[in-house]
Amino acid sequence: MTWYVSRRFLQLIPVFLGATLLVYFLVFSLPGDATAAICGERGCTPAVVTALREQYNLDEPFWIQYLLYLKGVLTFDLGTNFSGRPIAVIIAEVFPTTAKLAVMALIFEAIFGIVFGLIAGLRKGKLFDSTVLVLSLVVIAVPIFVLGFLMQFLIGVKLGWTNPTVSGDATVSELILPAVVLGLVSFAYVLRLTRTSILENVKADYVRTATAKGLSRKRVVVVHILRNSMIPVVTFLGADLGTLMGGAIVTEGIFNVNGVGLTLYRAVLNGDGPTVVSIVTFLILIFCLANLLVDLLYAWLDPRIRYA
Amino acid sequence: MPELENNLKTAGRVKTSAYPIEHYVADIEETPVRATDSATAEGAPSSLWREAWRSLRRQPLFLISAVLILAILVVALFPGLFTNEPPNSNCLLANSDGGPAPGHPLGFTQQGCDILSRVVHGTQSSLTVGLFATLGVLVIGGLIGALAGFFGGWVDAILARIGDIFFALPLILGAIVVVQLPFFQQNRNVWTLVVILVSFGWPQIARITRAAVIEVRNADFVMAARSLGVSPMSALIKHVIPNALAPVIVIATISLGTFIVAESTLSFLGIGLPPDVMSWGNDIFSAKSSLRSNPSAIFWPGLALSLTVLSFIMLGDALRDALDPKARKR
Repeated sequence: MTWYVSRRFLQLIPVFLGATLLVYFLVFSLPGDATAAICGERGCTPAVVTALREQYNLDEPFWIQYLLYLKGVLTFDLGTNFSGRPIAVIIAEVFPTTAKLAVMALIFEAIFGIVFGLIAGLRKGKLFDSTVLVLSLVVIAVPIFVLGFLMQFLIGVKLGWTNPTVSGDATVSELILPAVVLGLVSFAYVLRLTRTSILENVKADYVRTATAKGLSRKRVVVVHILRNSMIPVVTFLGADLGTLMGGAIVTEGIFNVNGVGLTLYRAVLNGDGPTVVSIVTFLILIFCLANLLVDLLYAWLDPRIRYA
Repeated sequence: MPELENNLKTAGRVKTSAYPIEHYVADIEETPVRATDSATAEGAPSSLWREAWRSLRRQPLFLISAVLILAILVVALFPGLFTNEPPNSNCLLANSDGGPAPGHPLGFTQQGCDILSRVVHGTQSSLTVGLFATLGVLVIGGLIGALAGFFGGWVDAILARIGDIFFALPLILGAIVVVQLPFFQQNRNVWTLVVILVSFGWPQIARITRAAVIEVRNADFVMAARSLGVSPMSALIKHVIPNALAPVIVIATISLGTFIVAESTLSFLGIGLPPDVMSWGNDIFSAKSSLRSNPSAIFWPGLALSLTVLSFIMLGDALRDALDPKARKR
């Protein structure tokens, strides 16, 4: 087990390095002056430009720049953004909100996806099953910003059940609507995945054995079918936690949630290279860790997978 | 039949006779010798594609999505058939956020443009981005995946690691980083957007192709071709790729929808297509500020976008059912 964990962990390192290098290369070494965004249209005096280039190591060769940046990341010193605030502080400020939003979305999609998928799978071909299947396709097809605006307009503006936008405190009750919007697409995937998995397991030999030895239907469904069907679903949910944290840009934009996604979006619009690179690096790290978590979960849930 | 009965009667008589026999031996003439080495070829040979087409034709999901996609293609190619308004003009601020009027069944945007005309003319850019991004991903991802799967070894190892690196950077996130670069800011159009989407979208197709090629690579007919002296490259192109195509086509159909969503998401964020290009994403972006007073300016482009994506996803779903023999058995 220790060997398996450490091997998977080691495999992460080249992926993380490669992805950060890619982002760093894209932001800092393609044509265009990185200091132009700070100086604005009137431009800075040459002395200020020189000072800025020195501050962000822009005069060093690309490799040195990248290594200096990496050294910063490893010592948790992400530098300052173009307005002079430490980026680590900014991330620490907005990350809790995004994490809260992502976890709420995950809970929503897990509960509803598994319950609906279970019912659909047990009643294959019935009205409920086919309705849910078609509806899930529709949910997958409608882009998240269309869904978001629709829900914001119907629930927030027309019905007035919640505030259409989220305040700076981002309380749990305010985040319910954004979390549902954020989790809707994944909810459809969880539902379809659970249904397929249930369909496979319903026909398994051990289910017939369990029924034959006289167990109640409830026990067969919960203990034998559902538990064994959860393996692919749990792995999907693990990987999705990473996606939800990074994919919240649009949702956070619509509902004005002050999270990582909105901060990244603002930094992109302002041409604030250091902030963009740092936040994307942070998100890549989260994706990589979520994938590692999934691999470990998978091995732990399915005893057929050996740790060797 | 009478003959058989006769035989049985004879057998019965023999059995009751003084010399019972244990085995019934047929007369030598009973089974005439035929030319068993020849096979009759009735009808065309049945291939995976023919079988798939046969099951597709009866699937309502396929029929609905095919009709929808055909309709969308017609709208994209001949927008003039559906609206008399010329694109990007005849916008009167007097009509700002106006409701439906004669000749303008869907009402007006905040800029006073006819919504129907904008939705109809926006079809082209969304579809162009989706189609060409998918083509690009198919060529690049397909090639890389096929090479990695077919040759294995260090080629596979290197290509797989590069794919992992790109995989760690999700499509939208990567696109957002690239789009704000000065180079793309100065050259914002449909084609640079396609390049960006392809450069972050290829690993998925590469993974699927790699898996499919590995499955086919060890098939007997590839072995036979190789032993007949076919070079690895032409075996790959002539025998492996055509047979590994099915899962790749399914994923490509679905990702066409994904690319359309990605384009409109970027445009919606204000960093995709430039504002003067008519696209659904741009329309939704410019309508979001007047959501409360004029929701129909968001509703119609949103509906068009969702229907387009839905029809490609449904087509992909139907193709998967038809092309995957394992799923068909169920």
